[in-house]
Amino acid sequence: MLQIENLNKTFNPGTPIENHVLHDVSLRLEEGDYVTLIGGNGAGKSTLLGGVAGTFLPDTGKITIGGTDVTHLAEHRRAVYLGRVFQDPMTGTAANMNIEENMALAYRRGKRRGLGWYIRAKERDLYRERLSTLELGLENRLSDKVGLLSGGQRQALTLVMATLKQPRVLLLDEHTAALDPKTAPKVLEIGSKIIEAYNLTTMMVTHNMRDAIRHGNRLIMMSGGRIVLDISGEEKQKLTVEELVAKFSQASDEEFTGDQALLG
Amino acid sequence: MLIVQGAVSLGLIFSLMAMGVYLTFRVLEMPDLSAEGSIILGAGTAARLVSGGFNPFVATFIATLVGCVAGLVTGVLHTKFKIPPILAGILTMVASYSVVIRIMGTSNVALLPHGPNRVTSVFTFLQEAGLSRQAAIILLSAVMVVVVGVVLYCFLGTEAGSAMRATGNNRHMVKAQGISTDAMVILCLMISNGLIGLTGALWAQQQGFASVDMGIGTIVIGLASVIIAEVLFRVRNVWARLITLVVGSIIYRLIIALALNLDFLSPTDLRLLTAVIVTIALTLPLIVEKFSKPIDKTKGRRK
Ligand SMILES: Nc1ncnc2c1ncn2[C@@H]1O[C@H](COP(=O)(O)OP(=O)(O)OP(=O)(O)O)[C@@H](O)[C@H]1O
Ligand SMILES: [Mg+2]
Repeated sequence: MLQIENLNKTFNPGTPIENHVLHDVSLRLEEGDYVTLIGGNGAGKSTLLGGVAGTFLPDTGKITIGGTDVTHLAEHRRAVYLGRVFQDPMTGTAANMNIEENMALAYRRGKRRGLGWYIRAKERDLYRERLSTLELGLENRLSDKVGLLSGGQRQALTLVMATLKQPRVLLLDEHTAALDPKTAPKVLEIGSKIIEAYNLTTMMVTHNMRDAIRHGNRLIMMSGGRIVLDISGEEKQKLTVEELVAKFSQASDEEFTGDQALLG
Repeated sequence: MLIVQGAVSLGLIFSLMAMGVYLTFRVLEMPDLSAEGSIILGAGTAARLVSGGFNPFVATFIATLVGCVAGLVTGVLHTKFKIPPILAGILTMVASYSVVIRIMGTSNVALLPHGPNRVTSVFTFLQEAGLSRQAAIILLSAVMVVVVGVVLYCFLGTEAGSAMRATGNNRHMVKAQGISTDAMVILCLMISNGLIGLTGALWAQQQGFASVDMGIGTIVIGLASVIIAEVLFRVRNVWARLITLVVGSIIYRLIIALALNLDFLSPTDLRLLTAVIVTIALTLPLIVEKFSKPIDKTKGRRK
């Protein structure tokens, strides 16, 4: 469903702050793959998701989504294939607009915005139905401004919006990191429920090893702009947090000594 | 009475500008200074065409389009060439001063009666129908304001209008929903500056001339109407806001007219006065809050 081939990205090339963030990253997600992505700060996880979403153009490499080459497609043009939820709950919704206006914008993802009214009456039933699965009572607050919602409610709403039109790939970048410890697991569960219900091909970045193991069918670890671990199936199910932590520190050690070697 | 009539007619004409300024400053949340350029472009185009024998309605329409072009230029400078919005607006504004002299051929054009019907403006036909000049201006401007207001309200409720409002609110979200923020910014600037060009065209016909320097300070007049409307009326609906913009624009004109009536103020003090009014309107909420705080505290304690 998603194919990334030899993706390279260097930020600020030719300057003292040149930063080669993605090194020849190749990755193939089959339809229905639910991949959790872990890695240290600055490993390049967000950059990889940004490359798929088109927030920047890669230096080299190729990205296809469901057979469509999107490598050179502008961010808003490839949005038709993607659902996205961001780390910051403010990013995914328009705060000054109400819930139904936000949902109506998401419902038209990939369509031309014409001079028809922003919402049709029968859409509201669909929105209420989708929102009721969250069990947050949002289905009764369609005309409330999104700015009035809590961070957790906003992330849950963003999840519903991202999947209102079924995306080919769902990109979740630490979408529970800004939430309190009670809300975060709830939003995570809501996400997994939606992903399973629609069999969505998903990439989810997280810093929580336990979440990374418990959710999804495949786990990928990045370090220094490379994929250093790719575990799936039974092996992933058997994985323990301790093992993963060990592999994690091993990977970061290797990166460290690698840098040392370069310096020496 | 004469003062009030004058204030109402100018207030109505400039409420079109207020709607334009509202679109950029509030809907798009992007301060656009090309307004001062598009108002003289509109005025100059209308003056040149009407004095050249064009039908004043056609001339006014073309003047509106010229305003749209100014918005297009600012939009392209900002979105495609990545120039910060304020600078993009200033560039368009500065260029407009030269362009408008090209359009008019001189720095001043008077709208003298011409043709067999002695047409001087869009208001002429109402005067011929027996209305006084002042009444003709008020009636026609009011009709235009209602038409523009209704069209604008409907547009903001469409899919495209909704996308435009979201663009001012959160560009990340808008892109993630597959909308080109660049297109929305350009479209909004074009509509806004079109309205301001229309304002210029009507203004020139109301006062009977256009000059290259008539636009100086008008952006603050537009802003004054928006801010007066926001300070006086705390409404949330778009339609209510559009109505209050018209009221705000008329109130601004009344304040100015009354103040300039005072002996120690002269017409040249207009821009100083405008700046003072905007400053007062902007600080009023702060002052009110400061004086109402002790009450709030006691309320809080009782709870
Ligand atoms: N737009 C940019 N311009 C310059 N450098 C960038 C840009 N975006 C990311 N980087 C750099 O790329 C590197 C990888 O960043 P990235 O955000 O992908 O890391 P991450 O794995 O998501 O880390 P975290 O867990 O902290 O979110 C960092 O060194 C960062 O400074
Ligand atoms: Mg990140």
